[in-house]
Amino acid sequence: MLQFKEEGIYFPAADLYIDPWKPVSRAVITHGHSDHARPEMGSYLCHTLTKEIIKHRLGPEIAVQTLDYNEPLHINGATLSFHPAGHIIGSAQVRLEYKGEVWVVTGDYKLLNDGVSTPYEPITCHSFITESTFGLPVYQFKPCASIYEAINHWCAQNAKEGYNSVLIGYALGKAQNILANLDPELGVPLLHGAVFNMNEALARSGQLFPGEWLTPETPADRLKNTVVVAPQSVLGTPWLRKLQPYRIAVCSGWMALRGPRRRLSVDKGFALSDHCDFEQLNTAIKATGAQHIYVTHGYQAVYSRWLREQYGLNAVELTTHFENNEEAITGEDQKTPE
Amino acid sequence: MKDFVTLFQEIDATTKTNAKIAALVTYFQNAAPQDRLWAITLLMGNRPRRPVKTTDLRAWVAAITDLPLWLIEESYYIVGDLAETLALLAGDQENTEAPVLTLTELLQALQQLAGLNPEEQQAFITRFWMDHRGEDNFVFNKLITGNFRMGVSKQLVIKALAQYIGQDEKAIAHRLMGKWDPAAETLESLFGDRTVENKAYLPYPFFLAYPLEGTPEAILGPITDWYLEKKFDGIRGQIIVRNHQVFVWSRGEELVTDKFPEFDRLQDLLPNGTVIDGEIIPWKDGQVLPFAQMQTRIGRKKLTPKHLSEVPLIMICYDLLEYNGEDIRSKTLEERRLLLTTLLALPSVNSVLQLSHLLEFDHWEEAAQFRARARDFFCEGIMIKRISSVYETGRRRGNWWKWKTAPMTVDAVLIYAQSGSGRRSNLFTDYTFAVWDGDQLVPFTKAYSGLTDKEILRLDRWVKTHTIEKFGPVRSVQPELVFEIAFEGIQESKRHKSGVALRFPRILRWREDKPATEANTKEDLRTLL
Repeated sequence: MLQFKEEGIYFPAADLYIDPWKPVSRAVITHGHSDHARPEMGSYLCHTLTKEIIKHRLGPEIAVQTLDYNEPLHINGATLSFHPAGHIIGSAQVRLEYKGEVWVVTGDYKLLNDGVSTPYEPITCHSFITESTFGLPVYQFKPCASIYEAINHWCAQNAKEGYNSVLIGYALGKAQNILANLDPELGVPLLHGAVFNMNEALARSGQLFPGEWLTPETPADRLKNTVVVAPQSVLGTPWLRKLQPYRIAVCSGWMALRGPRRRLSVDKGFALSDHCDFEQLNTAIKATGAQHIYVTHGYQAVYSRWLREQYGLNAVELTTHFENNEEAITGEDQKTPE
Repeated sequence: MKDFVTLFQEIDATTKTNAKIAALVTYFQNAAPQDRLWAITLLMGNRPRRPVKTTDLRAWVAAITDLPLWLIEESYYIVGDLAETLALLAGDQENTEAPVLTLTELLQALQQLAGLNPEEQQAFITRFWMDHRGEDNFVFNKLITGNFRMGVSKQLVIKALAQYIGQDEKAIAHRLMGKWDPAAETLESLFGDRTVENKAYLPYPFFLAYPLEGTPEAILGPITDWYLEKKFDGIRGQIIVRNHQVFVWSRGEELVTDKFPEFDRLQDLLPNGTVIDGEIIPWKDGQVLPFAQMQTRIGRKKLTPKHLSEVPLIMICYDLLEYNGEDIRSKTLEERRLLLTTLLALPSVNSVLQLSHLLEFDHWEEAAQFRARARDFFCEGIMIKRISSVYETGRRRGNWWKWKTAPMTVDAVLIYAQSGSGRRSNLFTDYTFAVWDGDQLVPFTKAYSGLTDKEILRLDRWVKTHTIEKFGPVRSVQPELVFEIAFEGIQESKRHKSGVALRFPRILRWREDKPATEANTKEDLRTLL
C-alpha cells in the first residue's frame, strides 16, 4: 500500500508523501523538526499546531492545510488521519487506510507524558512504521516529571552558589518542555533567539511559554543567578561568555550514556528525551497489533532483529537520509536537523 | 562504598583539576580509615585482578534481563564500555534492606570471589546488581571487569594526599613507591612519623626545551653560541646516586628505578652526590633500537634476564646537575658539561652511560641539512642549547630548543571506521587507512587523533551514510576520502598485512582536494623504510 521511494514514503492511492526529504507536490508532515519538515514542497498537510511551526521554519509563503487529531480526510477512497504522537507540540502519527488495510507512520514519538505535547495514543493497524532512535535496552528513560524535578533542583542549587544555569535543548520541543516545567521560584528564564522565535511562532497558535529574549541589550544585573535556555548550537561559542559565571547542562536522551555526556564537557547531562526508549517501543508496537513493522531512524538493524526474534513480527529496516541525528548533539550550525 | 561512588562521580563530572583535588581531599577526610588505603591503591592505578570472566558477566546480565546475548553485545558496541553497559541493563533499584558494604569489605569480597565456583560468583554479583542503584553498579562493574580508571593522574592523587596529610608531594610520591598491601598498612605506617626522613631520593625539576619554529639564524643568532646535540627518542630521566643508592626519575616526576635494573650498579661506580640528566634509550651492539621495543619492555610487570638482554637500555647523558653533593645548576652549561665529561671518563660506567656527543656545524645551513635527514642518523632532530646557559626549571623559551625533523607523511584512503570508547563512544572516531597496491587498497595503519571535533562530527555523519558493510562495531565505508597521515617512524612488520608498522601515526589533515585515486601506494610507503 505504501512505497519507499527516493523522495520518501509514498502513498499512491492518495498521491502523497509522508515526511518526504526531496521536493514533491503533496507532503504530509508528522511534526515540525527539520529532518521531517523539509522545504520546497508543493503543499503541506499537517496537524493544526504544526502549521505555525513550519511556516516559521520554511517560510510564510508555503501552502499549508491542517487537520486536528482524529479528524479524517478522504481522498480517492483512501482515508488519512492524525493521532497524537507525544513527541512535541503538534506531532502526529499518520494513519492511512485504503481498501480495509491500515498503516501507521509514527514520525517520532514517545509514550512518556512530557506535560506539554498531547500524549501518545496507540492506533491499531496492520503495518507500523516506527523510529528506533533509542531502540537499545541500555536506554531506559525515567518519567519526565522526575527529570524536571532534577533540573529545577540543579538550577536552584546553582543560583544559591551564585551561578547562572544554562539549559541546552532543541529550540522546538525540548525547550518548551523545560520552560513549561521550570519552577517559577527560579524567576523568568532568558531565551536564546532561536528559542524565543520558536516560542513566538507557537504563541500564534495559542501555545504560551515563559521567557524573555536574551539580547546584547539585556542588562547585566538581569544575568545574575538566572536560568537561560538555548539550543545546542551555542556550545563552544562566545555566545556563552556573557553568561559567566554559569553552569551548563544538556537535556537530551543521549545523556543517558557516559561517553556522550563526557564528550560535551558540560557540567551536567539530563536524560530528557522526546523519543521512545526500548521498553516504550516494545509497548507501542505490541499495542498496535501490527504484524509488519518497518524500523527507521536509529538502530534499525538491531531493533528489527529483536522484533523478529522476540515477537515473531515481520520487521524490516528502512534506511533514511537522516541516520540517527535528529537528537544528535553537534554543537554545529542551526542547519543540523534538531 | 557509597562515599567512594560519590567520589567517583565527582571526579567524573569535572575536568577541573582543583575540583578533583577538592573531591579527593573531602573523601580522605571523611572515609573510614581502612577504606582510605584501599582507595589510594585504586586511585594510583592498582586495579584489582578481574575475579570473573566477562563472558560470564554478559550471560548473567542476560539471565536477569531476559535479553538475548547478541543484543547485549550490540548494546556494548554502542555504549563502548562493558561496565556501563552492564550497569545500564542490570537495574537501578536500591534494596534498603541489603547489607551495606564498605569499600574495604567489597574489595576483600572481590578478592575471594575469584576462588568461588561460577554459580556462587553469579549469585553474589546478581545479588549486588539487584540491590543497588545504577551508579553503584557502574563502579562495582568497573571493579569486577578489571578496567577501573578513576580519571585522576597519580600526580593528582599525590597532590591531594599531600594537602590532606600536610606533607611535601615528593615525600608522598616516594612513600607510595613500590608494592604495599592496603590490608597491612595504615595511614600512620605509610606516611606518619617519618617527617625527618632524608631526602636523598629527590630529583631536580627538569628543564624542558622549547620547540623551534622558524629559522634558527633569525631566532638564535650565531651558531657558535650554541651546543648542538642529537635529539634521541627515548625517555627523559634523571639518574641520582646518593648514600650508595640509585634512583631513576622520569620526566613525569615518576620514580621508575625498578624499570631500569641496569643502572643499579651505578651505586658503586659513581660518587655519592651525583645527578645526571639524559635520555634513556634502547641500545644494543653499538646501535639504537626502535623505541617500540623499549616501550614493550617498560610495560612489563616482571622483567626477566631475557628481556634485559634483548633490549638493553643506556642513558645518553647530556647534563650534570649535582656533582660531589653540590647543586651545580647555576654553573654554565659549558662548565657542567666539562664536569660531566670527566665523570663519564670512568671506563666502568661506559656500558650504561654515554656522553651525548656535540654535533659540529659551521653554519645553521649545515645543521638544517642534518635535521632534514635526522632519521638517517637514528635521531628525531637536534637539541640546541646555549653554551652559557644555567639549568632552569620547566619549559622556557630562550636557552634550550628542540628542532625536530618533519614527520613522514602519506596520503591514505579511509576504509574502515569504528566507534571509539570513553569520551568518544557512540561516534566513529577510530579509523583504518589504506594505500594502493595495484588496484587493491591495503590497510596499513589506524589513526585516532588529529581531527578537530567539528571534523569528527562531519566524518561521523559521512561514515553513517557511506557504510558498505557492518561487522559488529566496525563499518567498511566507501573508499572515497583521503587523509594525510603523519608518523615518526616506519618499520618492517610481519604482523601487518601491509608489511609495515608506523610509530605515532596521526591524521595531519583531511585532503578534501584529493580523490582516492591520488592516494599513495604501498611502494611509496616502502621507500620510506
